[in-house]
Amino acid sequence: MSLTQALLEHKERRKKNSNAVMTMVIKRSKPNPAIHQSRLGTDELFMAIDPDTKQLVYYEDRADQSRGILHLDKSLLVDNPSLSLHHDKQVELLYFGVMSLACDNLINFLELIRLAISYLQDCYIDICSPEVLSLFTDNFDYQHLRRHFVKGLLVDDIMGYKIFVHEIHSDYAARVDNFRSYDTVSKDIIHRWTYPLVPDVMNFGKTATKLERQGMYRALEISQSQSAVIGPFTVIGSGTKIGNNTKISNSVIGEGCKIGSNVIIEGCYIWDNISIEDGCKLQHAIVCDGVIIKSGAVLEPGVILSFKVVVGPEFIVPPYSKVSLLQQPIEEDSDEELEYADSTSVMGSQVDKSDEITSKVLETHFTPASELGMGGAGHVWSTCESGHEEEWRHSVAPIPKDKIMEAIKTMEDDLGFIHDDSFLPPSGELIPNSNDSDDDDHEDSRDDSYYFEKEVEATFLRAVHENIQESHLILEINSLKLSYNKLTSDCAGALFYAMMKCALDIPHSSADGLLQNVQVVFTKWKKALTSYLNDKDEQIEVILKFEEMCLESAKEFAPLFTTILHQLYNDDVVEENAILSWEDEKKDADEADKVFVKQAQKLIQWTLMDE
Amino acid sequence: MICYPYPKVTFSPVREHLKSWTAQNLGSADTAAIQILFSLPKMPDVQTLVNDFLNQLKKRKIEGSQATAKLTAELLRSVISQQRVPHTNQATALIYAVRAVGEQLIAANPVELAVGNIVRRVLHIIREEDLSLATAAMAGLGVSAASDDEDDMERDENSVLSAAAVAAAARSTLRPPSLQTLLEDTPDSAAAPHTSSSGGESDGRSRSVDKGSRVRKLKHDVIEAVNELIQDISTCYEQIAEQAVEHIHHNEVILTLGSSKTVLEFLYAAKEKQRSFKVFVAEGAPRYQGHILAKELAARGLQTTVITDSAVFAMISRVNMVIVGAHAVMANGGVIAPVGLNMVALAAQRHAVPFVVLAGSHKLCPLYPHNPEVLLNELRSPSELLDFGEFSDCMDSASGTGSLHVVNPTFDYVPPKLVSLFITDTGGHNPSYMYRLIADYYSADDLVVKRRPTAGS
Repeated sequence: MSLTQALLEHKERRKKNSNAVMTMVIKRSKPNPAIHQSRLGTDELFMAIDPDTKQLVYYEDRADQSRGILHLDKSLLVDNPSLSLHHDKQVELLYFGVMSLACDNLINFLELIRLAISYLQDCYIDICSPEVLSLFTDNFDYQHLRRHFVKGLLVDDIMGYKIFVHEIHSDYAARVDNFRSYDTVSKDIIHRWTYPLVPDVMNFGKTATKLERQGMYRALEISQSQSAVIGPFTVIGSGTKIGNNTKISNSVIGEGCKIGSNVIIEGCYIWDNISIEDGCKLQHAIVCDGVIIKSGAVLEPGVILSFKVVVGPEFIVPPYSKVSLLQQPIEEDSDEELEYADSTSVMGSQVDKSDEITSKVLETHFTPASELGMGGAGHVWSTCESGHEEEWRHSVAPIPKDKIMEAIKTMEDDLGFIHDDSFLPPSGELIPNSNDSDDDDHEDSRDDSYYFEKEVEATFLRAVHENIQESHLILEINSLKLSYNKLTSDCAGALFYAMMKCALDIPHSSADGLLQNVQVVFTKWKKALTSYLNDKDEQIEVILKFEEMCLESAKEFAPLFTTILHQLYNDDVVEENAILSWEDEKKDADEADKVFVKQAQKLIQWTLMDE
Repeated sequence: MICYPYPKVTFSPVREHLKSWTAQNLGSADTAAIQILFSLPKMPDVQTLVNDFLNQLKKRKIEGSQATAKLTAELLRSVISQQRVPHTNQATALIYAVRAVGEQLIAANPVELAVGNIVRRVLHIIREEDLSLATAAMAGLGVSAASDDEDDMERDENSVLSAAAVAAAARSTLRPPSLQTLLEDTPDSAAAPHTSSSGGESDGRSRSVDKGSRVRKLKHDVIEAVNELIQDISTCYEQIAEQAVEHIHHNEVILTLGSSKTVLEFLYAAKEKQRSFKVFVAEGAPRYQGHILAKELAARGLQTTVITDSAVFAMISRVNMVIVGAHAVMANGGVIAPVGLNMVALAAQRHAVPFVVLAGSHKLCPLYPHNPEVLLNELRSPSELLDFGEFSDCMDSASGTGSLHVVNPTFDYVPPKLVSLFITDTGGHNPSYMYRLIADYYSADDLVVKRRPTAGS
């Protein structure tokens, strides 16, 4: 593609708005309908773009393949009256319905979805301003350009930096970052989508290459047997020799290769100076410089042979295996390092270095019978944690039939599911979903209250041990109340719980001793507790808490329930109204729950009489 | 008549010079090679110029044979002017330098034949100039020997003529005379449009046998001639358009395909001469240059109709003449033309409509086409035909659906039997006559522009 236009747009925007620091180049492309995978084997991608200003407002790429919910910030929709969402997978779009979204935006939004179903591919070409460099210096911990940098920039509203996009239509741009994309981009080059960057026009090497019918690119100095068949869409480098009855199709063969007789090569990438002996069969493999494949060997789809590997005669290299002269790095290495090692040794950007290493390795590891048959040299790398899933997704081999079948099946299932409850009526239905945050709240609050109680207890204990004044204690608990967003009744309950616990912890010999402890604690800290007991509800809460304690955490109190309750009544901690309504509440409860009510029956009657 | 003072001539230097000249021309390889080695280091700016141009050619940044031809000629001119020439064998040194650059240029874009044409033209110019200088020297020798006069003398028309005659004679010993040199033997030949190589004027000026001045002389003459070539290239439209009135008549219907500046000027020239006629423009998929041409024509007040390429057969019965431009004209009279023209030519033949090809002389290529559909073609990006994004799912080879291939050839080859007439800047010619025309412009030695260690002529 030509960058001129994108660059021009970028500069124009810069002039108007100095915060427009970056322009990303994106391209429309369609994913494979059957399997949710783009041609390049890349991850899913969500983008939200303002169609008028071309500003990128949301970017999400998903490393895991699980389909999920996309959370779009509501404020995004408020700020941008029209917004086009782009995604590289079709099915995914229908899940937008589950998003948390304000009701009034919904109709508008559903229309938008219908308008903006399009498929985008990130070309990983960015035009950056000098500010971006300083951003990288400031945030030296960025590990992933898209996941960390772009998202960081979009989320960060302090600096106000903005990212814009430039969409290319007929031009070609793509990034090679795995074997699948290596294969796809190579094929696109052979099919001349990258013109004039094609083998016969821009000959990168020294020798001229001629394009013949059916997309055969052949260098001038080739010795090819009469009986050899070279199929369409192949590239053959100069100085390569091809033997009798050899069949080559859809492959790229480098310079100075020696290919024997009766060899079958399909969809392979064979680099320079490789010798393939008679009767070999290679399917969808990448073979790096200097590899020797002895006669009769078979490379199954997806095999990658690194520099100078030797495959023994009649040896069958299993599918998706990666073979290198180097030992596989040990598993403890972090992911990044693994990837790094992978890319240097296999993709060979540093040929010299790896040559050096390989020669060393050759000396030490060359054994007559190795993992690769008689006279072979190299280590088969076991698949990393990513497992088989990643293997077929990123390999040069075509996607296996069963995977496609599987994918089609799941897609049909999905479609069925979607038909059931998709295209939600524009008016409602979605609101329950959209309000599902309530559940979260509930769950959260449960967690919260646990921590709150703990905190209050700890605070109280500290107050006891350090003889802190009551007013200070109240202050601290108030602050806790605010930070946990609690009600006064919660505080009362928690404080009561803490006091009882404290009384329980003071050493005592009998029930009387315990009762005395309680009395001691209460006389000292009554004021703190009563400051939270302004209302009947709060008093009920205290009683309920006490009941709960007696049942669960502190059974010692169970026989003393009535006594202590009476004590509380006498101390004006609880009033008779509270006790009566507590009894009222408990009327409908189970028999088991009524234990304490019965126990306190006498007290209740007495209070009634008293009244 | 312009007259020049003629320096004193003595017998022996001339003979000596002649000796060296013959030695050089008969290919004394060693001396030539030494001279070349000497002259190889070039000015760096020429090298950067060459590299820039190579880059542009490779990236296909230059479009159209006329622009390419002009740029090539300008580049070669600066190569020649920067080239240091030795005292002897200057022509060889120049030829060698031009060849070295030319080879790279041709390799950079072998499909753009205009590059090779211009390189060969320049080589031819160098040879002609060298020859005319030598024959002038010989003539001067003859004259001075005859007149036996030691003073500066005024040369008249006759002596120039005799010089030219001697030149022709000298040439005829080396190879058969070209039509151009035969024509130039007549006194009026200086008025011919292509006096580029050996006009009488430069002969007159170059009557010096002084070695030092001759060194400068040859280079100067060659640069002069290349300038004329550049002039020719840029004015070829006008010269072709001048002939329009002879070919286009009242109330005719003309069909053309794609866009060509030559065609535009040609049609406009006829319109200028008060001819009223209609033009059908086939749009020329996939680049639709026909739309541009139609717009231009309509803007200039010509009655224009745009049709699709596929409608050509339907419309051809109403057409009086097909006039098209060409990418290149081969030595056999075949035409490399924008894609779709072979179909138009066949349609024209079917309905006995004259098929006229307009081509400037820089488009004449001395090569014979071999497998032109493939070897002289350029497959451009399929994105001109269809949008990559729309069809990317059909091209996913990984999932086995990659069965969509798009082919976008740039050129068609129209065989000579389908062409009725060529109109070049020198007039109208039959396809079977093209080889003769080409022999005027190119010397047979230059057909293969490849550097050889013994670069004698």
